[in-house]
Amino acid sequence: MAAGSMFAPRRVQKSLLQRFVGLNWGIVLATVLIAVSGFAMLYSVADGTWDPWASRQMVRFGFALVLMLSIAVIDIRYWVALSYPAWFAGLMLLIAVEFIGDTGMGGQRWLDLGFMRLQPSELMKIATVMAVARYYHGRSQMQSRSLRSLVVPLLLLLVPFILVVRQPDLGTALMIMAGGLAVAFLAGAPAWLFVVSGIGLAAAIPVVWQFLRSYQKDRILTFLNPESDPLGAGYQITQSKIALGSGGMTGKGFLEGTQSHLNFLPEMKTDFIFTVLVEEFGLVGATIVLALYGIVLTYGLLIGIGCRNQFGRLLASGLAISLFLYVLINVGMVMGLLPVVGVPLPLVSYGGSAMLTWMLAYGLILSVSVHRHVTIAPKGSGIV
Amino acid sequence: MPREGLRYQTYSRRALLLAGLQGIALAALGARLYYLSVVNGEKYRLRADKNRISIRLIAPERGEIFDRNGEKLATNTQDLRALLVPEQADQLEPTLKKVQQIIDLNDRSLTRIRQRIKRQRQFVPVTLAQGLDWETFSRLNVEMPKLPGVQTDAGLSRLYPGGEAIAHLVGYMASPDEEDVYKSPLYQLPGFKIGRQGLERRYESILRGASGTRRVEVNAVGREIRELPPREESLRGNDLHLTLDMDLQKYVMQELGEEAAGVVIMDIANGDILSMASSPGYDPNEFTRGISNANWQALLKDPRSPLLNKTVSGQYPPGSTIKMIVALAALEQGLITPETTFYCNGKHRLGNHTFHCWQNRGHGKLDMMQAIAKSCDVYFYEIAEKLDIDFIADMAKRFGLGATFDIGVDGEKEGLVPTREWKRIFQQEAWQLGETLNVAIGQGAMLSTPLQLAVMTARLASGQAVVPRMVFGDSRGSSASFFQPLDVNPFHLETVRRTMAMVMEEGGTAHDYRRRKSATPLAGKTGTAQVRRISLAERRAEGGVIDNDELPWAYRDHALFVGYAPVDAPKVAVSVVVQHGGGGSSVAAPLARRFLDRALAPKQSDPEEQA
Repeated sequence: MAAGSMFAPRRVQKSLLQRFVGLNWGIVLATVLIAVSGFAMLYSVADGTWDPWASRQMVRFGFALVLMLSIAVIDIRYWVALSYPAWFAGLMLLIAVEFIGDTGMGGQRWLDLGFMRLQPSELMKIATVMAVARYYHGRSQMQSRSLRSLVVPLLLLLVPFILVVRQPDLGTALMIMAGGLAVAFLAGAPAWLFVVSGIGLAAAIPVVWQFLRSYQKDRILTFLNPESDPLGAGYQITQSKIALGSGGMTGKGFLEGTQSHLNFLPEMKTDFIFTVLVEEFGLVGATIVLALYGIVLTYGLLIGIGCRNQFGRLLASGLAISLFLYVLINVGMVMGLLPVVGVPLPLVSYGGSAMLTWMLAYGLILSVSVHRHVTIAPKGSGIV
Repeated sequence: MPREGLRYQTYSRRALLLAGLQGIALAALGARLYYLSVVNGEKYRLRADKNRISIRLIAPERGEIFDRNGEKLATNTQDLRALLVPEQADQLEPTLKKVQQIIDLNDRSLTRIRQRIKRQRQFVPVTLAQGLDWETFSRLNVEMPKLPGVQTDAGLSRLYPGGEAIAHLVGYMASPDEEDVYKSPLYQLPGFKIGRQGLERRYESILRGASGTRRVEVNAVGREIRELPPREESLRGNDLHLTLDMDLQKYVMQELGEEAAGVVIMDIANGDILSMASSPGYDPNEFTRGISNANWQALLKDPRSPLLNKTVSGQYPPGSTIKMIVALAALEQGLITPETTFYCNGKHRLGNHTFHCWQNRGHGKLDMMQAIAKSCDVYFYEIAEKLDIDFIADMAKRFGLGATFDIGVDGEKEGLVPTREWKRIFQQEAWQLGETLNVAIGQGAMLSTPLQLAVMTARLASGQAVVPRMVFGDSRGSSASFFQPLDVNPFHLETVRRTMAMVMEEGGTAHDYRRRKSATPLAGKTGTAQVRRISLAERRAEGGVIDNDELPWAYRDHALFVGYAPVDAPKVAVSVVVQHGGGGSSVAAPLARRFLDRALAPKQSDPEEQA
């Protein structure tokens, strides 16, 4: 039986170089291509100059790439051991921003470390998935299916969720929640529970509405009817749709986007950079970039199918789904399918936090791939 | 290892399920994009163009105004201006403060600028200052990077080289009223002016031309990025050619000096107004620049009313200049013949009222021709007693009194030709015979403008219904061939013309001013219009009626003269009214003679051409 042999204990210990060579370079290449499309768009947004955005973004990406590759080749058992500590560290940082965080975009989100501005909620997206994966790694099939096993994962989710909501950053909070729930689902938590809670959430919308900040309400109302306020809050989404639509099949050409270069578009270098891309490269360009994301993310989601340890499977898939939501929310937002929630397009949008999250997560996903033959004891790796 | 196998199976199933959902979501994004960019691509392309392409107006160059010899009366000159685009200024007040260090802006213009900014759309430029000199203009250009929103621009502004001499005719230009700004997009262009007075206003539609358009690419705040061809050029306005002779006009104005007077000189053959001078004048250029309050008040308070065009708006008793009309009415009625005589002893009694002749001691026995030549009042009292007022009125109207001619300048008044009906309607009283006596010497209710008197004279001289015109090519003016003969016995007209010639001869009231030597003879009639009532007491007092020189200016008589020349083949008619000038023969007649001489003098050709 092929499956049986797959789980048979095997002595596999590769050297660092072997692991490096064994990386999935196709995925690395796709990631670089996505980032390059981002550089091109930042170059365009700056009216054809590398300064100030494209050049800085490239330096950042260089560092992040090194970081990603380093994480990928580190033995996965270290990451198993670090799962819970990482979650606690993230929790501490979230509590820290409560008190000493910098206010920006209407909420406390940033922690100024001097050399960089850290967004703990971004790190928490990864740490939560790690912690929940680590938890289910130690549960059997039967245990995973029981309701009692949901107590700890829900605590791991809800504590950071509440802290991030308080910042307030509902978008990130929901993504933390979604990543963790995806891991629980993949681990075998009862499927009916997800259906029921889905219905419950829908019923809770009116209640949640009461607790939303006015700017959040505006975003949602505007999303439902952007033309109602074409010069105010609906302006962004209306202009974005005009830019997307006017690009047509092949776009207006590099540096020729009128909506972007004449400043009709808002937030061009960050949240709406995908719009700039579509205006200049059209449906064709958009499809290529979306396909690259699709390839990279589907690879991450399905990597676990060839993986011998539950931690790796859950970690890779959970992170991939988290990152997919990132892309889905941003692209859906600029197309007017989702409310404007201020989520950047990772790797393409200007800014370090989203890129760092993406590259850290892909470092872990690639690490799962490299170490797919490693077996890990339910209690942990015993390394740390 | 069954435990691991079970977990693996659950995971695999669910991972594939999620991958499927992920694929569906990606496909949905793709479908949405296809819907936006391919299905609705055209619609969004149009909207993107609507965003970026703005149609801007190009102000047309205004047509110029010329006199009959091609001299420019109104022209366009380069005007250096400073503009402010409110939305491009970071902060309004600090910017204005900085601008004030370069340009001197007074409180009034600051108020105007602030009001304008409040009312207009924020990307429409507001004029900060105009008529800048080169030094200020270049300084502003140098400082511009420090003054966000401030722009400079070299536009056109109106200049009237004729100045005071033609102010009443051409009028002036002014910015559209604040409430009118939205009536035409053209009015919102910075510095755009419209004709506010005179010919500038009357012929606005001809002079203005048609605005052009250019398509410009603008960014989200409305700043122009570049122009997109094609550009539709504006159409220059049409020029206006006047019948006026600027040389003559300037001469007339100069001769009138400080007097409050109105003079009209007409070409009898075609009705061309060669000169239409109202003194004192004012400088229309001051209005273009924006007249100061002090100067405006001075113009308003001047008793000689410089703002009034006396040639068409000034209504004066015609005085003795009406006597030709009264004589014609009597002749046409068969009441008198040229030989009919009356005796003048200086006064005429009607009931218990005495009417005086200007000549206290009386003219003795005289016929109609002598009566006009010497301007005997008693002779006309005698006629008036038998002549119905309505006959006089009818004759006056045939000669253009009481009528307007719509020549295009502002404020043409009708004057007044009294009739029985007029008296009944406006004063609710029956006509009194005594009033006919007053009208017969051009006093009483009778009023006329210098233009009407000139038309009357031209019609007397030609026997045709001459209609005056000021603007060539205007349908209102008609050419000589269309003038109808007047419905008056030509023999009677000829008789009256001969008496007008006699005025300038031995024994006539204007004999002193007849042309000497072999110069072209001229014909005319003096008039002195009383503006005050002379009391019985004054007439009886020692020294009699007080001399004009001893009266305050406003009580002095108006001096009038109407005339034409040459006597044998009349070419030019003139009317002169000098307000409170004194006697028609002593003040108006010499002026009129000089004007006619000048009008008839052969044109001085270009000295360079002669050489």
